[in-house]
Amino acid sequence: MPVSAIHSDLIYQSLKSTGVRIMSALPETWLVHLIRLAEADPDMTLVRLAKEEEGVGISTGAHLSGVKSAMLMQNHGFLAAVNGVVSCAQLYRIPLLMVISLRGDFGEKDPWQTEGGLVTEELLRALRIPSARLEHPSHVKERIHKGMTLAYASNRPVALLLCRDLMWEET
Amino acid sequence: MKRLEALQAIYPELEQSVVVTIMGAVAAELQSIGHRPNFFYLQHAMGLASSLGLGIALARPEFRVIVLDGDGSVLMNLGGLSTLARYRPRNLLHVVFDNESLLSVGGFPTATSTGTDLAGVAAASGVPRTATVRDLDAFKQEFTAALAANDLATIVAKVDATGPQSFLTDLGLLENRFQFQRCLREWSPPRAGS
Repeated sequence: MPVSAIHSDLIYQSLKSTGVRIMSALPETWLVHLIRLAEADPDMTLVRLAKEEEGVGISTGAHLSGVKSAMLMQNHGFLAAVNGVVSCAQLYRIPLLMVISLRGDFGEKDPWQTEGGLVTEELLRALRIPSARLEHPSHVKERIHKGMTLAYASNRPVALLLCRDLMWEET
Repeated sequence: MKRLEALQAIYPELEQSVVVTIMGAVAAELQSIGHRPNFFYLQHAMGLASSLGLGIALARPEFRVIVLDGDGSVLMNLGGLSTLARYRPRNLLHVVFDNESLLSVGGFPTATSTGTDLAGVAAASGVPRTATVRDLDAFKQEFTAALAANDLATIVAKVDATGPQSFLTDLGLLENRFQFQRCLREWSPPRAGS
């Protein structure tokens, strides 16, 4: 599978080095290595969700109990989680780190991913959620750490967008 | 059974637990009995109270977590029952007050009024201990037994579709949130057997 294992490992280690101890996730192709890394790591609690919005509740509970967490999801999963983001994480000022695979952007071959790709970044802006694109391995550690720092300073959600050039190795 | 009577009956246990409630009548009635800093009221995001409770229970396995849910909220997040069951936090007790209606928005009937059995859904999702209770004595008995069992349980308590005059309370949402977080930092679980 041409999902980059090396870059997935870099993302995982960067998330872990910010202190993340709980990850909630719904599988998608680009996230397979990340989810397997979380599953294999005895220091990490992986919560496999039925729907992404649940992850907002789990991260809120974890934060209020003093444990750092992150959500791993596809951008369509973010679309499915929006009310939870607004009516839980934003209403209650929760530092929610959302790691979102940005499907449907330049180079997308799956027709079903293309509509969500058009609206993801605009929706993040409409929700006033700061986001950073991770397009190159040099972006990963620094932007993840800065994203977590901003989430905690602002007590608000922050999004990190996993982009095709980082995640996918054309064969 | 009235929800308020049920809440009064379990209040001594709630005082010693980390409690998450849904919005509406449950939050207003529990506050009318007496707010405690270890009570968090999720005043929106319907469906996520059980997920929030799961987050606390997984993050802090030494806490005893009680989620006070409702039929309308559970119906919005039935998948959450499967996630709860999958991780089976033994320190979480899930109480669903089922008045078969969306009381705070005009009392429109929910699907439990036409036969959806939420304890059945929970059991079929894999929740190891489930019950439906219809009177106060049965509720008290099941609640006490579920706490003693130290395992994930979903108790569906059928209650009257009545509630307080107003759902607004004096407690600010963010006041509650920061007070709760601060309280959990120093929260000591009750002694075993207490």
